[in-house]
Amino acid sequence: MNAPVPLDTLEGARLEDSRFTVPGMRCAGCIAKIERGLAGLEGVESARVNFSSKRVAVRHEASLGEEDLVRAIAGIGFEAQAVADNPMGKDEKETKALLRSLAVAGFGMMNIMLLSVSVWSGAGGVTRDLFHWLSALIAIPVVAYAGRPFFASAIMALRHRRTNMDVPISIGVLLAVALSIYETATGGEHAYFDGAVMLLFFLLAGRALDATMRDKTRAGIGALLSRMGKSATVVDENGSSRMVAAEKLEPGMLMLVAAGEALAADGVIEQGASTLDNSMLTGESVPQPVAAGESVYAGAVNLGNPIRVRVSAAASDTVLAEIARLMDEAGQSRSSYVRIADRASRLYAPAVHSLALLAFIGWMVAGAGWHQSLVIAIAVLIITCPCAMGLAVPAAQVVASGALAKRGLLVKDGSALERLAEVDMALFDKTGTLTVGEPVPQIDHLSPHEARVALALAQSSRHPLSKGIAKALGQRDIVPAAIDDLREEGGRGVSGSIDGVRVALERSETETATLSTALRIGDAIVAIPFSDPLRSDVREVIGSLRDQGIESRIVSGDRASSVEAVGREFDIAWDAHLLPDDKLALLDRLKADGHRPLMIGDGINDGPALAAAHASIAPGSASDVSQQAADAVFLGKALMPVSLAVNVSRQTMRIVRQNFAFAILYNVFALPIALAGLVTPLIAAVAMSLSSLVVVGNSLRLARAAR
Amino acid sequence: MSGLAFLIPIALGMGLLGLAGFFWAMRKGQFDDLDGAAQRILIDDEEEGESE
Repeated sequence: MNAPVPLDTLEGARLEDSRFTVPGMRCAGCIAKIERGLAGLEGVESARVNFSSKRVAVRHEASLGEEDLVRAIAGIGFEAQAVADNPMGKDEKETKALLRSLAVAGFGMMNIMLLSVSVWSGAGGVTRDLFHWLSALIAIPVVAYAGRPFFASAIMALRHRRTNMDVPISIGVLLAVALSIYETATGGEHAYFDGAVMLLFFLLAGRALDATMRDKTRAGIGALLSRMGKSATVVDENGSSRMVAAEKLEPGMLMLVAAGEALAADGVIEQGASTLDNSMLTGESVPQPVAAGESVYAGAVNLGNPIRVRVSAAASDTVLAEIARLMDEAGQSRSSYVRIADRASRLYAPAVHSLALLAFIGWMVAGAGWHQSLVIAIAVLIITCPCAMGLAVPAAQVVASGALAKRGLLVKDGSALERLAEVDMALFDKTGTLTVGEPVPQIDHLSPHEARVALALAQSSRHPLSKGIAKALGQRDIVPAAIDDLREEGGRGVSGSIDGVRVALERSETETATLSTALRIGDAIVAIPFSDPLRSDVREVIGSLRDQGIESRIVSGDRASSVEAVGREFDIAWDAHLLPDDKLALLDRLKADGHRPLMIGDGINDGPALAAAHASIAPGSASDVSQQAADAVFLGKALMPVSLAVNVSRQTMRIVRQNFAFAILYNVFALPIALAGLVTPLIAAVAMSLSSLVVVGNSLRLARAAR
Repeated sequence: MSGLAFLIPIALGMGLLGLAGFFWAMRKGQFDDLDGAAQRILIDDEEEGESE
């Protein structure tokens, strides 16, 4: 993207498009601020925000790099991250194709119905023939266009010598159209164009619902992703520095890691000493002091001084990549999960086929002639064609996931919802899952004056601890003190003066077990300790899960003492000091015992466990890998969406089962009529729409489920 | 009967027009950012009266 610009290129001659995710935008004001702020920048031609996917697309001169734009957006007040070309483009294309097919089927259905109604109400002779011909003229292109998703899938299944829901649909639709054309050409009484097109319309509605739900939540999760450092500043021999993408790093390179940055590769510290937050890797919440000569791992976040790290392993050789590989393997078992609709169609499709065939043979034997026997066989196919079945699952799941999204839980797809409903025990990671996962300063002991000074100092720094202080104090309506001579020294802290008195926010002199920072006013020093508090509703969530028959358990990589304290507090079982492999082994053991564990975790160390568990949930603050491995992501500080997810997914499955029961009941009544050869196009149309409406109406009840 | 000769083409034509409109809207990205469209109505115009 950032090709060097030849000097002789005319200014403004070349324009480029770049995309950034800006997870922080929440309101109309943010859209206006970002668009106007960027558009006012020199070299930017236009900026357009996509609020749904929390992205901004910028058209700018090639001389303006992505880093400049990220900095510019930061200047406007938003954290941004450059993204590669539309990673969700493929899914979106599929959804759009489905929507187009749906629109075409809708158009065809309405117009054919218009003609059919007059035929049903008694039009005869030439008018009927004319209307049948018109219907054929509309139906043939419509079926050819709108039926493609089904035909393609049916052919794929047949090629692999399997059968799925799309096989009876395709056969039914194609036979119905072929027979109707024959009837029309011979001036027959009934044509089934309306039935065939209507069937396509209802089924496409189900598919389109399924696809939009998947796209929407993926866009929501995509906006959260890639906040971690995917590149590093590399210092060359001659002292110049440049940005290098993580996958282009090579052993032997020297990385400069600034405060607040994540390491992009494993390495050995060459120069400098600092504290690292290793919680992504180990789950250990206390930052580790590191000095020159020590090994550090990709994924760790530098909290203190800038350090220079000599890369020892990069890209696919890092410890991080090893975990990603473990995760891939662990995820294999999940891909063999068969969704409920497919399980139903495995029984359903052969049954329908053999019934239609039997009807044909039966009427042939009874001496009805091949024409009438064929009409009846097709009527059986159409009437039993799973309109209601095609809608039964997606309608319920879309409504449920919409209701959950409103409460801050993004479920990735229908399969996730089905697996969530089946879990029978919950495994919680501690750091970042049961706890909030970000250091919160304890500021109650500060005097008003100290608080004002601390806020003024903290506001001027981008250090994570300063940000925490600024956020905590900012919520208390404290007015920052006016400070002269503000200065930030990397690794030392921020300092300034008020009326000649030196004030500073600096590193604690005394080494403590917990993280803390020191506020200096003149000679007086006040310590501001940090803690990682438990989420406020952990007890309610564990209680509510217990009410649903799900026992909770803590599985953490943290020290035994701190895990035990939490386990005691909530009276649940716990395991400490677990490595990613150990968590995986524990899950395998549980699964071998016949359990279906739900894993809730955030760190990269939880990634394999999240992928291996029967279902998994990650908080929105989790690492990219974990969010990708998890079935659902919950936003915000509360843990409640976790128990809500289980509750709603169980309700959803109840509704899905009701929908199936209804679809079967409907078949029990409709099938004898079809077998008896009494189904006219009118009966087929009424029965089909009625059953679909009932199923959709029943599913809509879920909208209230998450309240 | 002769009325049908007009009415049916009109009905079909209007349906096709709607379908074409939907295809056009989709290609132009009208449905790409539904939440954003709901929010944008709240943005005040610039002071200078300059609109995009």
